[in-house]
Amino acid sequence: MPAGGSAPTASKEIDAVLSTENEKGHVRFIICGSVDDGKSTLLGRLLHDSRTVFEDQLSAAQAESPTYGTRGDAVDLALLVDGLQAEREQGITIDVAHRYFETDSRRFIAIDAPGHEQYTRNMVTGASTAELAIVLIDARKGLLTQTRRHSYIVSLMGIRQVVLAVNKMDLVGYDRSVFRSIVAAYKAFANELGIESVTAIPLSALTGVNVFESGEDTPWYLGPTLMEVLDTCKLPGNEVAGGFRLPVQWVNRPNSEFRGLSGTVVSGSVERGMTVAVSPSGSRSTVDRILGPSGDLDQAVEGQAITLVLADEIDISRGDMISDNGQPPALADQFAAHLIWLDTDAMLPERPYLARFASASAVAQITDLTHRIDMDTLGRLAAKTLQLNEVGYCKISLDRPVPFDAYAMNRRTGAFVLIDRFTNATVGAGVISFALRRATNIVWQKMKVDKAERARVNQQKPCVLWMTGLSGAGKSTIADRLEQKLQAMGKRTYLLDGDNVRHGLNRDLGFTDRDRVENIRRVAEVAKLMVDAGLIVVVSFISPFRSERSMARALLQEGEFVEIFVDTPLEICEARDPKGLYAKARSGELANFTGIDSPYEPPQSPELRIDTTELSADEAAVAVVRLLLSLE
Amino acid sequence: MLNHLDRLESESIHIMREVAAEFRNPVMLYSIGKDSSVMLHLAFKAFAPGSLPLPLLHVDTTWKFRDMIRFRDETAARHGINLIVHVNRDGLERGVGPVTHGSRVHTEVMKTEALKQALDMHGFDAVLGGARRDEEKSRAKERVFSFRSSTHRWDPKSQRPELWNLYNTRVSPGESVRVFPLSNWTELDVWQYIEREDIPVVPLYFAAVRPTVERGGLLVMVDDERLPLEPGETPREMLVRFRTLGCYPLTGAVPSSAATIPEVMAELRQSRASEREGRVIDHDQLGSMEKKKQEGYF
Repeated sequence: MPAGGSAPTASKEIDAVLSTENEKGHVRFIICGSVDDGKSTLLGRLLHDSRTVFEDQLSAAQAESPTYGTRGDAVDLALLVDGLQAEREQGITIDVAHRYFETDSRRFIAIDAPGHEQYTRNMVTGASTAELAIVLIDARKGLLTQTRRHSYIVSLMGIRQVVLAVNKMDLVGYDRSVFRSIVAAYKAFANELGIESVTAIPLSALTGVNVFESGEDTPWYLGPTLMEVLDTCKLPGNEVAGGFRLPVQWVNRPNSEFRGLSGTVVSGSVERGMTVAVSPSGSRSTVDRILGPSGDLDQAVEGQAITLVLADEIDISRGDMISDNGQPPALADQFAAHLIWLDTDAMLPERPYLARFASASAVAQITDLTHRIDMDTLGRLAAKTLQLNEVGYCKISLDRPVPFDAYAMNRRTGAFVLIDRFTNATVGAGVISFALRRATNIVWQKMKVDKAERARVNQQKPCVLWMTGLSGAGKSTIADRLEQKLQAMGKRTYLLDGDNVRHGLNRDLGFTDRDRVENIRRVAEVAKLMVDAGLIVVVSFISPFRSERSMARALLQEGEFVEIFVDTPLEICEARDPKGLYAKARSGELANFTGIDSPYEPPQSPELRIDTTELSADEAAVAVVRLLLSLE
Repeated sequence: MLNHLDRLESESIHIMREVAAEFRNPVMLYSIGKDSSVMLHLAFKAFAPGSLPLPLLHVDTTWKFRDMIRFRDETAARHGINLIVHVNRDGLERGVGPVTHGSRVHTEVMKTEALKQALDMHGFDAVLGGARRDEEKSRAKERVFSFRSSTHRWDPKSQRPELWNLYNTRVSPGESVRVFPLSNWTELDVWQYIEREDIPVVPLYFAAVRPTVERGGLLVMVDDERLPLEPGETPREMLVRFRTLGCYPLTGAVPSSAATIPEVMAELRQSRASEREGRVIDHDQLGSMEKKKQEGYF
């Protein structure tokens, strides 16, 4: 054979085998349940019995079994799946594993989820793409908190097909009554969750009973084996009856002759000549060409990555959604959603996060946390924040309108993730219930006298001089000197001081992270109104978090926000301790004190940094005035 | 309705477009193997009718099979690809190689170190790789968009949650993301797709009579004169092929008569050994692949 050439084509017989191979359906399922219910063992069993495990992999598991296994010297099938060293050492599953096997009729992507509560976020990762869930229960233990928690997440993630696998039946003597009572208890819970179809199977992952083969041990069970269920469950693509949706991923513009809109069809189908609508612009056009992975198509369906060419030159970019003209998605900047929190830092209402939708991104704030959900009892609890792995129902407000659908209608366009703008961590994931249209009914009043006019009368460039720094750094003293100097220059000013504002506008707020965020949000909004009024506003607030300072900056126009870092080392602030607060914080009398038990995140690139170990308060004020004059 | 390969194909294309749209300076790691050939083929589809919006990077350990280098250069020339070839010059000057230094040191210096050098030198913020989850058990645990610190380290115990296909593409300067568009493909899928799409691959994947010697339980092909022979040892001419390709002294051949893609697939269906069994670097320490990956290996 020539170098670089391809191999000769197959004979007709092999061709026939290959074509049925290629027509096989493809199912993603997740195995979930509590710790030690046998999830990894079940997956190991599925891989082993489907002859997917190779001899060298089996002998590696065999060799590790006496050291890490839980079966004495016998081979521990879980070791085939627990791929991380830390998992094998501890005998637990930390993160999801994706494994692949096939039967004569289907291909499977099996997702093994960790059972521990602390790793729930990894289970959520696996559940988000699954079409079917196997919920495993240890027959000796029955329903556990984690069984209910995982089942709740399965329903939240919109998985409609659930298999209840009552495992370790060998350890209860294949007792029918044990099986029946677990099934009854689970079905009652599933019913509350709105999971309609549950197929229950008594099995043993260890012995393989009712996994591939129905054994003689459960003569009373006449239902299907686990593999029979997997081989006949509904395939993806069947249930999405929704309209055509193509979130635009990338604009393909290789030359002036071609302008294509690339993306994956997430629901419905599109044909040449069809009229489509574009959101958010609302413009319409017809489909001129559809380029599929292997060239031009007349029609593209759900799941296909395509490039569309439209008949008209309309402005479309990444983040837009192309849809059925008759069934466009919702377009709104506020919506209600269930949110699951995935980060060790708690969710803070009003903090700006980056939200990623099917293709659009926006800055999002949780404006209202309606309640938290107790996943064990399904009760609704009052809550001010969400901790790691907690789920809440909330209202979310965006900085721009974004196209989306309700998650119940469309799993692709109804989902979003939240990303922390500073750590870049994926901190939350949400499923949208419905759009809120409150904001659209309040129309901005256009006034004749505007900011520019007020600034002209005041003969100054209005702005915010935002001083941040530790308690005792010298902010208030410098701010006071600064305002005196500005007044002497004939400037119209106002000073917003942290302690003073907390006596009035913000007296309902404490010092938790959540309240600190709200404290800064209110002050930033007040400062913005004052800038609008044409004033130079001096803000003197500890304002410890980068995220909120950047929110304040974003509220104002370019050049209106001047960040001044009053930089005094903690030891010096503590030595000064003008109000005796550090002493109280050290003795534990005062909680959540910045620098002691609450973090201070120094600015990374402030417009001005004042080193108070070098400059006096008066010199510092002069430095700010100089900066202000240079900006005017 | 789409079949299995169509779904995998579209998923991979989606992932590649996401990279092109979101990153400042992406690159595709090209290792010349069958997975790289499939990845390159998918990339052409993802960006057609335009050309590739990113360069290819080959980290050359200088110990690859000669057939691989020939194939690489032909492929690059045929498609007019912007191909960056990087060699760890420092390692080369110190004479680091698999025969003298063993697999662990060679891989560390000539592959992992070399890769990091190339990534730092060009400031790439996203690196597409052809690794698949079915290859190895620590790879089965990895995300599609897998975050790397500014020192290229992977922290398997705290990976970013990755829901739906909403990938988190945010990195700070110096950090990067390794992206695996073939995450959900199996070895058999790759061969079926190569067959269906008629994708050229290195001839070493097909059986031919090749000069081999046995080294530590591996059938090693004598690809050039750098492989030292025992006194009196002569290479045996054997009918063999390779399931994966790496540095030739570290890659075991398998006795095989499978000379066509259908025969290769038929052989895979019968096989009781995993694809990477013939790779020395996977077995030179406990949790080998995971440790190498943490340090920055692909």
